[in-house]
Amino acid sequence: MTAAIELRSVRRAFGATVAVDDVSFAIEQGEFFSMLGPSGSGKTTCLRVIAGFEQPDSGAVFLEGLDVSGTPPYGRDVNTVFQDYALFPHMSVLDNVTYGLRVRRVPAAECRRRADEMLALVKLADMGARRPAQLSGGQKQRVALARALINQPKVLLLDEPLGALDLKLREEMQLELRLLQRRLGITFVYVTHDQGEALSMSDRVAVFNRGRIEQLDAPEALYARPRTAFAARFVGGANVIEGRYAVRGENIEIADPAAPAPAGTVRREGTIVDTQYQGAVRRWQVRTDDGELITATRPDRADTSQAREPGARVALRWAHTHMIELAAD
Amino acid sequence: MAAAIAAGAAPFPPRALATWFHRRPLLAAWLLLVPPLLWFGTVYLGSLFALLAQSFYAIDEFTATIVPRLTLATWAQLLTQPAHLDIVLRTTAMAIAVTIAAAIIAFPIANHMACHASGRMKAFFHVAVMLPMWTSYLVKVYAWRLILAKEGILAWCLAALGLDGVLDALLRTPGIGGPSLTSSYLGMFIVFVYMWLPFMILPIAAALERVPRSLIAASADLGARPAQTFWRVTLPLAMPGIAAGSIFTFSLTLGDYIIPSVVGAPGYFIGMMVYQQQGTAGNIPLAAAFSVVPIVLIGIYLALARRAGAFDAL
Repeated sequence: MTAAIELRSVRRAFGATVAVDDVSFAIEQGEFFSMLGPSGSGKTTCLRVIAGFEQPDSGAVFLEGLDVSGTPPYGRDVNTVFQDYALFPHMSVLDNVTYGLRVRRVPAAECRRRADEMLALVKLADMGARRPAQLSGGQKQRVALARALINQPKVLLLDEPLGALDLKLREEMQLELRLLQRRLGITFVYVTHDQGEALSMSDRVAVFNRGRIEQLDAPEALYARPRTAFAARFVGGANVIEGRYAVRGENIEIADPAAPAPAGTVRREGTIVDTQYQGAVRRWQVRTDDGELITATRPDRADTSQAREPGARVALRWAHTHMIELAAD
Repeated sequence: MAAAIAAGAAPFPPRALATWFHRRPLLAAWLLLVPPLLWFGTVYLGSLFALLAQSFYAIDEFTATIVPRLTLATWAQLLTQPAHLDIVLRTTAMAIAVTIAAAIIAFPIANHMACHASGRMKAFFHVAVMLPMWTSYLVKVYAWRLILAKEGILAWCLAALGLDGVLDALLRTPGIGGPSLTSSYLGMFIVFVYMWLPFMILPIAAALERVPRSLIAASADLGARPAQTFWRVTLPLAMPGIAAGSIFTFSLTLGDYIIPSVVGAPGYFIGMMVYQQQGTAGNIPLAAAFSVVPIVLIGIYLALARRAGAFDAL
């Protein structure tokens, strides 16, 4: 099967800043694909190259096998949900949703019918007459989604679509987007800087750093076997020991300095720098005697929160099997 | 910080006073607002209404003095005398033509300033647009008189390009033509458009500046070609700016009396009529009535613009 989208050696620079540097990847039909990375890592530029808002300086973009590198956005069968929603403020919700159909001269009756369908799909059935200014953030988000999906695009591009919503609404929308994607079977390309979001929603995640992809993997593989120090730290905040190994905080035990180390474990002594209570878990930041800062994450039960204050001496230990060897950066 | 204050001079106003006002924000706001409101109310609105009231005063035909007796005679005279109506229509037609031309010329410039130029280029455009307004109005009008003269540089340039036939044809056109550009409505139109163009460019640029780039991108993303994006998104969102600019160009044209008296055909304009009636003719009521006309026209214009949806984007 032809890939829904393929980027081949795409490079895009703004002046001296190289935003996307020789990036290649293919996205399969019907896949929920996330581009994850900190701001300035090139993920949004990549999305804009796919949408056609940016032209690659070199390399090519393929949409279902067709080279669209020079095609303007209005000639590409992809639609975008923008970070700021980009709803037209001078149009009603209905006119916003039907915009893509109207510019293609679809008859008014059909516009109306499909818009009603779409608005029902995003649970805004009776909001058609409102102006965007009269909607809440979550509602605007849904209108933006309906406006893009009504065109039945081959690929839906989402640029940090949940960034402006509060936590509860975010989690609801994450689930809804995932269900919607499964139901419609459209390829989703999702840009986010939130690793939790990327892990929970995606079939595959591309981790971006400084214009390049550090790792492209399924969420489970990304979490279990980070390949680089950056990927290990950015996804799930793993500890990087001696620059070569990743150890997840939840695999690190905190023990008394006097306690002996069981066989098959690595042991480090150090001083607690800080602890943070996070509800289900408590994080401990420990400066080891060889100068590394290690974070252990333990369930907050009585046995671990035994009155260890910053400044206390502790021993950290973890099984050899929990050390993941990293490729050199 | 505290030490620095203690070491320096006592702050003014005293902190206690500032705190007292901080607790009474409404009082502070009113104290700041009342003086300018008084000034605005008396000097601007007060004098304006005093002037308008004069249009209902009677004038003694024999002594040509104003009698504070209410009458509609002046208004009847304005609305029934064909010569007066001609002046109103001529001025309005010119104002509409100037406004449309200014909007068409201003839009691409404003669009470039707001959406494409950045940094130094943007600053350059703003200065370049405002630069002509820093020189004397009269100098510019008389300069245009020389430019447009029969032996002026414009005619010379057109002749050098072999386009003098076009100019002659334009000058022969009834209604806008005349013996030369300096004594035709076409010449007056050119000067008006030149004079008021910055007043149109700046509001449009300000309106376009507020349009998020993502809206233009979204329109293209949804399949709209650039021309469709312009008509459906850019232009409607720029409408408040165009409306604001056109209020300037429209009212400035309606009220001006210098350009029509220095450049252009002999027909009278509202501004000239006001100037003449309140000056040499001494007919203050008629001058006042003529000054009401632009206000009424602007009111009608705004109502029409509002109905057409020009302010929907606000």
